[in-house]
Order: sequence, then C-alpha cells, then structure tokens
Amino acid sequence: MNLDDYRGVWVFIEQNDAKIEGVSLELLGAGRKLADKLQVPLAGFLLGCEIKPLATQVISYGADEVYVIDHPVLKNYRTESYMLGVMLLAQKYMPEIILYGATPNGKDLASAVATDLSTGLTADTTMLDVDVDKRLLEASRPAFGGNIMATILCKKHRPQMATVRPKVMKAMEPDSSRFGKIIEEKIDLKEEDMRTKVLQIVNDVTKKVNLADAHVIVCGGKGMGDLQNFQLIYELADTIGASVGGTRDVVEAGWLPHEQQVGQTGETVTPKIYFAIGISGAIQHVVGMKNSEFIIAINKDPNAPIFDVATYGIVGDAMEILPKLIEQFKQLRTEKGGEISYA
Amino acid sequence: MHIVVCVKQVPDTKIIKINPKTNTLDRRSAPAILNPYDAHAVQEAVKIKEITGGTISVLSMGPPQATAVIKKSIEIGADRGYLISDRAFAGADTLATSYALSKALEKISNDLHVDIVICGKHAIDGDTGQVGPGIARRMDIPPVTNVIEVTEVNQKEKTVLIKRKLTNGHELIQAELPCLLTVEKEINNIEYSPMPNMIKAARYDPIIWAVSDLENVDRSQLGLKGSPTIVGKMFTPPRPEGGKRLEGTADEQVAQLMEVLMEKKDLLTLQSSK
Repeated sequence: MNLDDYRGVWVFIEQNDAKIEGVSLELLGAGRKLADKLQVPLAGFLLGCEIKPLATQVISYGADEVYVIDHPVLKNYRTESYMLGVMLLAQKYMPEIILYGATPNGKDLASAVATDLSTGLTADTTMLDVDVDKRLLEASRPAFGGNIMATILCKKHRPQMATVRPKVMKAMEPDSSRFGKIIEEKIDLKEEDMRTKVLQIVNDVTKKVNLADAHVIVCGGKGMGDLQNFQLIYELADTIGASVGGTRDVVEAGWLPHEQQVGQTGETVTPKIYFAIGISGAIQHVVGMKNSEFIIAINKDPNAPIFDVATYGIVGDAMEILPKLIEQFKQLRTEKGGEISYA
Repeated sequence: MHIVVCVKQVPDTKIIKINPKTNTLDRRSAPAILNPYDAHAVQEAVKIKEITGGTISVLSMGPPQATAVIKKSIEIGADRGYLISDRAFAGADTLATSYALSKALEKISNDLHVDIVICGKHAIDGDTGQVGPGIARRMDIPPVTNVIEVTEVNQKEKTVLIKRKLTNGHELIQAELPCLLTVEKEINNIEYSPMPNMIKAARYDPIIWAVSDLENVDRSQLGLKGSPTIVGKMFTPPRPEGGKRLEGTADEQVAQLMEVLMEKKDLLTLQSSK
C-alpha cells in the first residue's frame, strides 16, 4: 500500500427519507478544517434512492465534491448494499480520511467497510485533528469508561476512518453560493442478492423523553444517594418544565432507563440550560453535555471536575439546595401566575 | 439450531480507577465481569433455544482467567464454551479481534453448522461496537446491529424477523440465516439462573484453543501486528477554567442562582398566563 496514493477528506452523508442527518452536516464542518490543513478537497458521499437533489445542500455546507450513488436497492439503509457502494467509491477514488456519524447506521456501515478494506476505525470520536506533516488523522475519544481521553492513530493503512459523536462538531453556516462538483457513480445491485429486507420503519413520535431536543435538562448523578432522593430531580424538572437525565451510574443502578442517559454511551445534549446535580463530571459524561449553553452544577465536592465546565457552580448539599430551589420556582410561579418557559 | 454467542471479560468500569500519575488503568482496582451486553446476548440465545431447541455455544478471547465469563454464560443457560487464548492475540484492536474470533467460529461451525451469532452491542471497556459487524463480514453473513427484539425465528424458511433500534424509532428487518445480531440491553431481562445451571457451570471446563489449534490462520493478522490502529497518546483534556462559584449559605446560593436565571431572559422567561 502506497500511502501517498490516498488523498482527500470524505464524509458519509447519512440521509433518511431524503433528509440529511444533522451529524453529517456537522462532519462537513469538521472535515472542512481537516481538508484545509491538508490542502485537499473535502468530499461528501451520498447513497440512496432519488437523493441527487441533496447534493447541492452538501456543497452549501462546505463540500468541494459530492459523490452520489442513486439506486432503488439503496432506498433504505442496509449494511450489505450500502457497504458495496462505499467500497466501490473508496477503492476507486482512494480518500485518505473517511468520517461517519456515530449513529446506529453510521457505526454499522463504518465497521463493515473497515473490515473489508482492512483498515483502522476509531469509534465514537469526540475530537478530530490532523498531523499535517505525517498526514495522520488524530481521532480522540474517551476511553476506559470515560475518565481519560485516548488519541487513536492509523499509521500504515488507508483510508483512516472514524465515527464521530453527533452534536460535538459544529456545522458551518450554509452558503448556497458555494461552488462544487457533483460526481455520479453507477453501481450494479440486485434486490435478490440482498440477504436482508427492511419490512417497516417506525418513527417513534410518542417518545416521551427526547433529551437531544430538550431546552432544559435536569440531570442527576450518583451523588443523589438513592432513588428516593432522586425524586427531587423529577420535582425540579416538573416545576420548570424540564426533561430529566441521568449519568451512566444512575442508569446502571436502574434509577432511570437508558434513553435518559447523558454521555458518551448515552445521548449528547445541547440544551439552553443544564442542571448537573450530584454529578462529579467524568469525561464520558462531560462529552455528552459540555456544549450546553448554560450549565449549573451542584456538588458537595469543591474539586469535582463538573465545576470546570459549569457556568455557575454551587458547592453544597443537593438535598439541602434542591428543595429551596424548587420552592423558589414554585413561589415565582404563584406570584406571577404564569408558566416558566424558554426562549 | 446452533447459536454462538461471543462474550468478553471486562473490568467493571463503574469501579475501575485510573492511576493519576501514569494515566493508566489500575486493573487490579476493578473486578472482572461478563460484559453486561453480552449477558443479554446469552439470555436472548436461551430465549430462542426455548422455542427452536438446539445448542448454545459461547466463544471468548482473552487470558486464561476469562474462562470465568464462559462459566457465567453456562449459568445463564449456554451449553458449551470456547476460549481462544494465546499471547499472539494480545494487543488486538477491533479488526484483529474480529479476525481471531471468526477463525474460531470457522472451526466451531465445521463441527456443528452455526445458524445465528449473537454479540452484545458493545463492550463497556472499549465502547466501540465494531467487532460484531466485523465478524459478520469475515463470515460473509448479514449483520443486524442494535437489535431490541427477535420477533420470530423461522427454521423452515431459514429467516429471522428482528426489530432494530434507530436514532428515532426502530425498523423491522427480515434476515436470512445464518446471520449475526448485536443486541441492546432492553432486548430482555436476565433471568435468575436455575440451580442445575449453576452446578453445571461450577463443574464446567471450557474448551481452550491456542492459535495452533485454529486452521488457516494468517498470523500477521493477529494481535498487535494485525491491528491498524494504535493508541497515540492518553491525556486528560485541559481543564477549562470553570465558571463562577456562588458562595454563601444554601439560601444565599439559591437566591443568587435565581437572580442569575431571571437575568438571562433569553434563556428562561416567566410568561404571564393572564
């Protein structure tokens, strides 16, 4: 393998129902920086059925080139068919870096492609950079349960691949005047060769807690002590109309279902206000919430790392502070006779 | 029906400590456990076997003491267990791991044809979720990841119906057998192990294979040598400065916080309903 044969930064553009996933746009923003440093084009690649119109959107978000494979067999995501498409593109155009969103489909696809290309893949990256001289992708992620970051390198294989957590990178402002090239590629796929069929897709509209979209989140950690004390988290959330989240420990302890876990192996959230209560601030938790606009931390330990990311910190006993805070909000509501809401 | 479940022994990451000087794991600080997702994978195999009959094998890669997680799997209801253990496997990343496991699966399948491979969604020490799909590619069988329900196993048609979790909902997938599934925790609840299983587990000696016991192995694809990725460096991210501390008694702290929140009208506003 001659590493110098590989050039360019590529981003997998994940689409569902002809709508591009947010993480793909974020990766175009992150990929743009890497491509500029390496002085190579940034490309998006797009697979699906009747998705060509999306290519202009990909360009407006920063891509110089868009590779498109449009085929009826690619209508719904399937490992087998999508993998064949990516293999075709990667072997023909030989990019040096390929980024995927760390979504169920993005992770599934990247794992399969990495195996067939016999190359390195870093999972759930939260920081990206390049060593320009060595043209090495530096993909960093929380490791070992999340108290430390590890930078993963792939020195002798190309393309260098990584899946990247949603909501940690920033998309660029779309610019419809940007110019880019659209390259259509043909693929020979037959439905009868596929060993899986997507019979039905059910969008969960009744999902009660959609933390990723919440404006205000009250999140509790192991510092709440027990399940009974944890009810205070719910009470504060109810009072101000917020969603409830928890740390990995709290979910492991069975106080909350996994959907409500914030952090590396749970949801990444970016609310306007984030209350971190009884949370020490392990890296695996912090990567999931640090981009919140306004972070309020309450913890007994003055040295807890959560205070480093908090906009305002209160060193104190949550069991003492929370009831007072809830009382204040309730009083405010009664006085003004209104509801608390968020801009 | 022959189901093989891939399991991993992991340090309990809830308890594990980092040596603050060297930034490395203090593995002695945490007990080694069966990866929780893999426990659900074994449990799901037991559920399928209750309907279809057949055999459940578990397969693990690790040091000799990893036989403990095979015994644990027998407790949950597996019939037999294999451990591949060799210095040549050490230092494997996900690519080298899926290669080694697929070679063991090849040998297991030569003995008794494998219909379904089940893995946990990811291991809690690595959190990658890449080994399962990797094994599927190497065996050339379809992978279905993030499974939350095995709805039906049709032995006559050789198909399975599966619910797969998506970002916003789920999809119903039909896959041909043999196939590989990776399972989420919500797929089932771990049942209490019946006494006969526990007795069987206590007495069970897993089959242990070294590299030389496997066939057609390309040693250059094993362990550290066969791993394209390396850990460049480990670091604790630079600590941001942090924001303002609210000082005083609890009442004073709460009062200050309320003031701050009320000032931030763009964040939080009190709307009069009148």
